[in-house]
Amino acid sequence: MTDTEQRLAAIRGDAPPKRHNARTIAALTGNPGCTRRAVLDGAGVDKPALAERVGFPARFGQSRFAITRGNVFEAQVKADGGAELLRLVAERLGVPVPAAASWTDLGDGDDPATRARRSATLLTEALSPTGSHPAESAALFDHPMLGLSVAGQRVHLEPDLVAARLGGRFHVVEIKSFPVIDGQADPAKLAAAAVQSAVYVLALRELLTARGHDPQLVSHEVLLVCPRDFSNEPVAHLLDVRRQLLVVRRQLDRMDRLDTLLADVPADFTADPAADPAALADSLARVPARYAPDCLASCELAYFCRHEARGQTGTLGRPVREALGGIADVGEVLALAGGEPATDPERAEAAALLRTAARLRADALATA
Amino acid sequence: MSTVRALAAAQAVASGVAQPVATVRHLHLSRRPLVLVPLAMAGEANAPLAAMVGSAPGDARLLIVPQPRNRDQRFAFAAELAAIVLPYVDGHRTANEAIAVDRGRDVRYRYLDAPQLLVPNPAGVTFLRLLGRSTRFRRVDGEYPVPPQVPLLGRWLTYFAERAEHPGSSALVAMTQALTLHWATGQSAVEDLHLPALLGWIAPPGGLSGAEAAARAEDPSICPPAGPATDPEFDNRLLAPAIEAYADADEATRVEAYAEIERLLRDQLTPTWELMWRGLGLLRALPPGARVAARWDGDRDAFTAHADHLDADGAPQPRRDGAVTAAARLHRLERAAATYAVQRAYDDPLVMAEYRLTGEALVGEVLLADPTRVDDSGRRPVLRPRIQLMTTDPVLVPVGATLSSPSRPGQKARTVFVTPAADGKTEVVLELSGGMGRGLTASPGSVPEVGERLCYTTLSDAYVPGAAFPTADETPWTHGGPPATGAAAPDEQWA
Repeated sequence: MTDTEQRLAAIRGDAPPKRHNARTIAALTGNPGCTRRAVLDGAGVDKPALAERVGFPARFGQSRFAITRGNVFEAQVKADGGAELLRLVAERLGVPVPAAASWTDLGDGDDPATRARRSATLLTEALSPTGSHPAESAALFDHPMLGLSVAGQRVHLEPDLVAARLGGRFHVVEIKSFPVIDGQADPAKLAAAAVQSAVYVLALRELLTARGHDPQLVSHEVLLVCPRDFSNEPVAHLLDVRRQLLVVRRQLDRMDRLDTLLADVPADFTADPAADPAALADSLARVPARYAPDCLASCELAYFCRHEARGQTGTLGRPVREALGGIADVGEVLALAGGEPATDPERAEAAALLRTAARLRADALATA
Repeated sequence: MSTVRALAAAQAVASGVAQPVATVRHLHLSRRPLVLVPLAMAGEANAPLAAMVGSAPGDARLLIVPQPRNRDQRFAFAAELAAIVLPYVDGHRTANEAIAVDRGRDVRYRYLDAPQLLVPNPAGVTFLRLLGRSTRFRRVDGEYPVPPQVPLLGRWLTYFAERAEHPGSSALVAMTQALTLHWATGQSAVEDLHLPALLGWIAPPGGLSGAEAAARAEDPSICPPAGPATDPEFDNRLLAPAIEAYADADEATRVEAYAEIERLLRDQLTPTWELMWRGLGLLRALPPGARVAARWDGDRDAFTAHADHLDADGAPQPRRDGAVTAAARLHRLERAAATYAVQRAYDDPLVMAEYRLTGEALVGEVLLADPTRVDDSGRRPVLRPRIQLMTTDPVLVPVGATLSSPSRPGQKARTVFVTPAADGKTEVVLELSGGMGRGLTASPGSVPEVGERLCYTTLSDAYVPGAAFPTADETPWTHGGPPATGAAAPDEQWA
C-alpha cells in the first residue's frame, strides 16, 4: 500500500472503497475545481452515507417505473442474440449488415478480476497481435467487464453495454430508454449518455493498449440506441464523443495527481461516515469545496456544501457572481454597493459598478 | 444577467425575501386563464399520468391514467383533456373586431379575446409540446382510430407550445418564468425552476424567511414536485403498488383501486394547483405595462389565424419546418425578442436601469431648451429644437447617435454634444426632430421643458419591417433546394 492509499483509507474509514461506475466517473467531470469532491471520490468515500450523517441527505432517487422501462427496452433490443441490434448498428455505420455475428455474454461469474481477464481475452482474441490485420468477422460482446485507473486505483466498470466489432473496429453501443423525438433527445440526458460512453471508450482503449493493440481500434463514434418518437422501436444514432474523451481523460489525470491535492489536506481529515456528525462537519469544512448550483444534480454532498456556502454569491450561479464583479461574499457586495470604499484596489472597478447599479436601482424603484 | 438584477438577488439573500426586478407586469393575464398542472410517468416518452386543470381555483378537474403504459388509456386521457381544453378555446371565438389593413384598403378580423394556458414550469411547456406532437398526427380512421377531438387537441397544444417560444407572448405561460421575470430570489436559476421554492422566496408563509420556506419546499414529502416529473419516492412507495393493485383488480375491486390512484395523484397535484393560483394572484397585483396590451394583440392575431387555419381543414403543423419556413420563423422570433426587450425597458424604469448602467440609456434633467430653433442650412428650413440635459448616469452614447425617449416615442433625438461636468455628471445636448406637428413652430408640449426629467436611450421602439423570404418552391440550393413533393406524409407508424 502506498502512502497515498494509506491516507485515502484513513479518510474513508473502515469501509471498503465505494465502487465507481461509469456514472460516478462521468459525474467527476463536472466541477473539476472542487478539491473536496476530488478527495472524497478519490478515497471512495460513501458519499450518500456521509451526506446523511452530516444532516444533508442527497435526493437521488430513481423511480421504479423508469428502471423497469429501461430494462424492458434493453431486453427488447438485445433479443434474438442481438440480431436486431446488429442490423441497427451496421446500417447506422453504413457497412453491409453481416449475415451473422457472434454474441458473447461476458456477464457471468462473480469475481471482478477474473471477469475482467476473461473479457479482455475474449475481446482481443480475434485481433492479430499487431492489430494490423483487423478481424473481419462481426462480433457483439454484452456486459464486458472493463477496468480503468481512477486516482491510482483499479476500478472495475460493469457497463450495461455492448461492444460491437464491425469492419475491424470496436464501437461502444449504449442502450438508453429515453426517446428521440423527431431526431431530438432531452439535451441533459444526451449529454450524460455521451460522457458515460466516453468513459467506456477510454476503458476499452486501455484494455487494447494493455494487450498490445492499437487503441484507435476503438472508435470515438459511439452508437446510442434509443426508442424512436413515442414508440418502442429502437433507432441508432451516432455520437461523436471526442470532446467528452478529452474532458474525462483530463479529470482522471488530475485525480492521478491526488497526492498533490492531499498535501494541502489536514493530516487528521476524516470523512468516515461512522464518525461523530459534528466532528465530520468540522472536518469537511477544512477541505475547500467549490459549490455551484450544478452540483445539486450530480454530487451527493451538494446540499451540505450549499448550506456551507450560504451568503456567497456563487450559490446564486456563476452568471450572477460575474455580474457582481466576481465578488464572493454577499455582505461585501452590499457594502460596496452601499458606498463603502473598496479596500482592495483591484476591486475599485467592481465597487464603482455596484455603487452605480445600486443608485440606479434605488432611483428606478423610487420613481415607479 | 445584468448587474442591476444580480444586485437584487444579493439583496434577496441579505433580506431573506425576494426583491422586485420589475415595477410593472410584463405579461398579459387573462381574466379566465386555464391552469393546467400535468404529471408524466417516469421513464416513458411523455406518457401522461395525471393532470389537474380548470379555469377557477375552486373548479379543479382531475384527470388520471390508471395504466400510463396502456396506449388506449393515453388517448382516452387526451380525449378527456380535449373535452376541457377545446370548449375553453372555442369560448374565445364569440366576438371579433375589424382591423384595417393595407392602409385601409382591406379589413381583417381578429377575436376580441384569446385563450391563455398556465403551467407550473418550462418542463410543463415541454410536456404540452410533446403531448401535442404525439396527438396531432393521429388518424380518426384506419387501423388505430382515435376520437376526432384528439388530433384537434394536438394541433391546439402545438399552437400553444409554438407561441410559448415567441418572446413576449402570453398564450402559454410557465409560472416560474412569469414570476422570475418580476422577482429575484436569493437562490440560483436552477432552484428557481421549483415552483414551491420560488414562491417560498416571494411570499414566505408566516414566520418563515424566504430561505427557510424554500428549504422546506425542497422536501418532496412536504411539498410534492410541481411536475411533470413525479417524486421517485412517491412512485416507488405509493404509486407503483396502487397501479399494480389496479392492474390485478377484478370487477368488484376495480372502482376502489381506481379511487386509490385518484386519491394519491390528487394529493400530489393539489399543492401545486394552489400555488399556481397564488402565483397568479401575485402577478395580478402588479399593474400591467403600457405595451403589454399591444403584445397580447399579437397573441390574438395568432389565435385568430390558427383558428381560421383549422376551420379551413388546414394540415397539422409539420414535424420539422422546411428551410424557408424555418428561416422565416427564426427571423420572426429574433424580431420579437428584440422588440420585447425594448418594450420592457420602455414600460419599466427598473428594466431601463439595466440599460442606464451599460450606457445605453440615460436619465437627466432638462437644463436648457430652445424650442424655436430652426435649422436653415439645408434647402428648406426645418424645426430642430435643442435641449440640454444634465445626467449622473455613465454616458457612453457617441456624438451623432440617434436616441429616443419612452415618454416621447415618436420623436428622435440626435446627440450633438457630450460634455463631462463637475461631480461625475455629464451634459448632453440633443437635437430633436419629429413629433412636433407641421410647420416651423412646435406644437405645445411637444418639446421638453426646463426642469423635466427625461430618459433617452439608443433602444428604438420603431417598427422594423420584416425581411422578405422566397416561397418554398424557390428554396435556394444552398438550403437544399425546393422540397420534393409528396414526401411529407403526416402519417406515423403505430408501434
